[in-house]
Amino acid sequence: MIEVENLTKTYGSFNALKGITFKVEKGEILGFLGPNGAGKTTTMRILTCFFPATSGSARVCGFDVFENPLDVKKRIGYLPENVPLYKDMEITDYLTFVGRIKGIDTGEIKKKVNKVMDDCGITHMAGKLIGELSKGYRQRVGLAQALISDPEVLILDEPTIGLDPKQIIEIRQLIKNLAGRHTVILSTHILPEVSMTCQRVVIINEGRVIAVDTPQNLTSQIQGAAKILFKIEGSSSDVMEELKRARGIKKVEMKDTNNGVSDYIVEFEKGVDERKGIPALIVKKGWGLLEMRPMVMSLEDIFIKLVTEEKGV
Amino acid sequence: MRNFYLIFKKELKSYFYSPIAYVVITIFLIITGYFFYNIFAAFSTISFQAQMNPGIARQYNLLNITESVVRPLFGNISVIMLLLMPLLTMRLFAEEKRSGTIELLLTYPVRDIEVVMGKFAACVAIFGIMLIFTFIYPVLIKIYGQPELGPIITGYIGLFLMGAAFISFGVFASTLTENQVVAAVLSFGVLLLFWMMGYSLAFAGPGLIGIMSYIALMQHLEGFAKGVIDSGDVIYYLNFIMLCLFLTLRALESKKWRG
Ligand SMILES: Nc1ncnc2c1ncn2[C@@H]1O[C@H](COP(=O)(O)OP(=O)(O)OP(=O)(O)O)[C@@H](O)[C@H]1O
Ligand SMILES: [Mg+2]
Repeated sequence: MIEVENLTKTYGSFNALKGITFKVEKGEILGFLGPNGAGKTTTMRILTCFFPATSGSARVCGFDVFENPLDVKKRIGYLPENVPLYKDMEITDYLTFVGRIKGIDTGEIKKKVNKVMDDCGITHMAGKLIGELSKGYRQRVGLAQALISDPEVLILDEPTIGLDPKQIIEIRQLIKNLAGRHTVILSTHILPEVSMTCQRVVIINEGRVIAVDTPQNLTSQIQGAAKILFKIEGSSSDVMEELKRARGIKKVEMKDTNNGVSDYIVEFEKGVDERKGIPALIVKKGWGLLEMRPMVMSLEDIFIKLVTEEKGV
Repeated sequence: MRNFYLIFKKELKSYFYSPIAYVVITIFLIITGYFFYNIFAAFSTISFQAQMNPGIARQYNLLNITESVVRPLFGNISVIMLLLMPLLTMRLFAEEKRSGTIELLLTYPVRDIEVVMGKFAACVAIFGIMLIFTFIYPVLIKIYGQPELGPIITGYIGLFLMGAAFISFGVFASTLTENQVVAAVLSFGVLLLFWMMGYSLAFAGPGLIGIMSYIALMQHLEGFAKGVIDSGDVIYYLNFIMLCLFLTLRALESKKWRG
């Protein structure tokens, strides 16, 4: 649906993008992740035909953004990062204008405007001037103008920034519901947002792609072998000894002892899953198993790890 | 065509959402009204004196109402246009660039040319409304005298073309900056230069004079005010407009390249 190949962009003498390549399948939601100045907005602006790339190619729905910009523009809805809207227009007028320009017919426009206002929760503000709206409501109007024509591809630059928690959940749900029928690229700094809404993540840093995968894979890959935390009641020296003897265990680490209850972080050998064995062992020894959970690295950790690793190289 | 119309309509509306159109139209009418009153009053005083003393009539050769009221009036209106037109055009692109709305506008499925023409046409429409209000002056002249209709009609055609030319340059100037004031000063300054070339014709060398009188914006209004539509003048204004709109398109495009 979206194919980006070796994209570069130079501002004056500054290389903002140094060869970005990724693909987005139809119906997929792709999270675009990167620290400030990584080149997310720049990539999105190229995809939306706002400006051309210095080199490389990008195709949206099979159309080249440089050769057939009009065909590309017809198929995308774009929410720029600082949501530039006409402050002197009323919401309804504005959405009508955008809808009409995106090719919605006069007969249908009213219905579509009402629907999109409803979806974005701005119906009760319909007659207000955009300039008088609060930041969050402006964000919603921005989202509404991207969604109005029901485009095949949505490009959303930090769509939930400035929204209140309830609205964030609603908008994320809205975006999630778009999956399947629509292809979505969204950039964000909020990592849980990515794990919640996106099927795949592209992490970029300083104009380069440093990782592409599903949030789950990224988590397990980076982490290497599985780590599991056990909270066990029992003499800690015994427990340590037994655990170390158990099969398939690479490393055991003890933490936080409290009233004879300790946390043990057990790292298994790669590919070995002895999750069943340990509890059995604990029961056999007569200790108490109070808690057992996988230690998952959060996307935050991964993100920081990747970005700093990259710096080190 | 439909996109052109949509942009045209939106721009036209936004002129009236903001006070700009009202202020510019009002000021325009007050100043032109003031000039009209003065010219007309001077004319009636002289005609009155001429009635008493026919010698004056010959001396001044001013007793033709077309010559002494209609033509100066058009001349004055065109100067006031020169002052006010940059105020109408300054926001067209500069404001979109400053507020960033250009990013959305240019990623909608519209062609640059539709955007440029839509904005240009909206501004020309506002200008047209301004001109229509001034029809009151010829009507007043008609009540008190016998002006020839021909020069009035052609004069208006000339004014309209000239105003459109001013606007086209203003649109171009507006694409060069994010700052409305800079856009206004730029278009005012350049238009004034074009205008003043008409004054320096008297000292220009023989080689230059042809070129300068061709370039000078004012020079081409004269024929219209006399009641003649010279195709050369019409073509001059149309060329000027096309050149400016072409440059506007180029400027939009180069902005994209530079990012
Ligand atoms: N118009 C411009 N002229 C010069 N440099 C620019 C321009 N726009 C962006 N840059 C530079 O290009 C780099 C990438 O910018 P970009 O806006 O794409 O980052 P981003 O990933 O969107 O960051 P953020 O998370 O802060 O929005 C930055 O270093 C920025 O300074
Ligand atoms: Mg950005």
